[in-house]
Amino acid sequence: MKERLLLKSETIPIIPDHVRFEFNEVRKEWVLLAPERALYPDPIATEVLKKCDGKVSIQLIGEDLAKKYKAPVEKIVEDVTKMLQDLADKGFLKEC
Amino acid sequence: MLKKFDLKAPLAVLAELSHRCPLSCAYCSNPVELIQKNKELETKDWLRVIDEAADMGIYQIHFSGGEPTARKDLEEMVEHAHKRKLYTNLITSAVLLTRERLEKLKNLGLEHVQVSFQDSESENANRIGNFKNGHEKKLEVAKWVRELGLPLTINAVMHRQNLHNLENMIKMAKDLDADRLEVANVQYYGWALKNRAAFMPTKDQLEKSMKIVEKARKDLKGILAIDYVLPDYYAKKPKACMGGWGRQFLNIDPEGNVLPCHAAQTLKFFKFDNVKDKSLSWIWENSEPFNKFRGTDWMPSPCKTCDRREIDWGGCRCQALALTGDVGAVDPTCEFSPLHEKIFGSATEESGQEAPEFIYRLISNKEVEPVKK
Repeated sequence: MKERLLLKSETIPIIPDHVRFEFNEVRKEWVLLAPERALYPDPIATEVLKKCDGKVSIQLIGEDLAKKYKAPVEKIVEDVTKMLQDLADKGFLKEC
Repeated sequence: MLKKFDLKAPLAVLAELSHRCPLSCAYCSNPVELIQKNKELETKDWLRVIDEAADMGIYQIHFSGGEPTARKDLEEMVEHAHKRKLYTNLITSAVLLTRERLEKLKNLGLEHVQVSFQDSESENANRIGNFKNGHEKKLEVAKWVRELGLPLTINAVMHRQNLHNLENMIKMAKDLDADRLEVANVQYYGWALKNRAAFMPTKDQLEKSMKIVEKARKDLKGILAIDYVLPDYYAKKPKACMGGWGRQFLNIDPEGNVLPCHAAQTLKFFKFDNVKDKSLSWIWENSEPFNKFRGTDWMPSPCKTCDRREIDWGGCRCQALALTGDVGAVDPTCEFSPLHEKIFGSATEESGQEAPEFIYRLISNKEVEPVKK
């Protein structure tokens, strides 16, 4: 039986096969395409989603962004987890 | 009217491949006059339309109907749409599908399947759809969908005669490992309006159903997403038709007419442009029916100055016409419509009386006898 995926900092997130995260050449925008849904991530969310490749943990994604934006790691990891949890609850993200 | 430079390409196209359907649900929202098989678009027309949609930057294509699997060339269309990077969705009654065909569609690029259910209880479900063993077949196909690793949405059409089973419906969707459940309250367009009195839920049923959905959403968070929209007849605010007229969606009927929504065939005075004569992008930008109710300039008072004018975009034009006789009138769903009380008061009264027998139909446009038990 399926259970809710609760993301932790060590979770390695990946976008599932049936969800597509891509740049649309005609519209010139990033989009997350899911069943009967299209979501438009803002620039930060786009950066996070690009890193959800099934190779790195949420912790590492956060550390990377913290370095780039000179922000506290803990806070960034918390924000990233929250954003990705929302996507996981919609079924648009899973763990690797 | 939207200024040209503000007009973005639509997000999705609903491709109604055929009006043919093995079911004859009494709440069918397709038009009363169905399009016959010999008038359906040819494969090459659909493939060209798919190209035009992709070139416009449209993201998603929903293959729908009637019953889209009634078309033998569905495979070609799915394959082509996938090649052109459209997100492909099959909206089906499921009863015509074999496992082999579903697997083939998946291998050709199908990305999502939506299966409609008439009830959680077989006997009532088959009575509503007027199709013997339909429910059993749907359950089987829904399982195949998940076995093949495709995401599944269950579309549960709810009304007075099955709302008592809402909890079982939710359980059924969960047990089928669906990702999403659409609790779709019957909308009274097309054929459905003939059967309104048989489907109109009572206020008590609706209040219970909202509580059930609220609880299930909490309990099943991250497991099953549940969409639920309050039916118009009990709402006080109209909904944005298709995200606003001519803003996000276009609908192509089986013979190629392009409409702002699938119910717009009821607007008989419009001349809808056809994909056989014009390109999809030309139609999106220039077609008279699209421009007629686009934006906010066309709006009557009190819509024009309402804070919600860019939220609901004036609600539903088809409903305004069907219930007030004036396509440009305030959607009577809105509490500010002068006709709100009169129209919705009398319609909801119907739910207090004994439900009349369903009026079924067939593709021949004739009314049919219910299936014998």
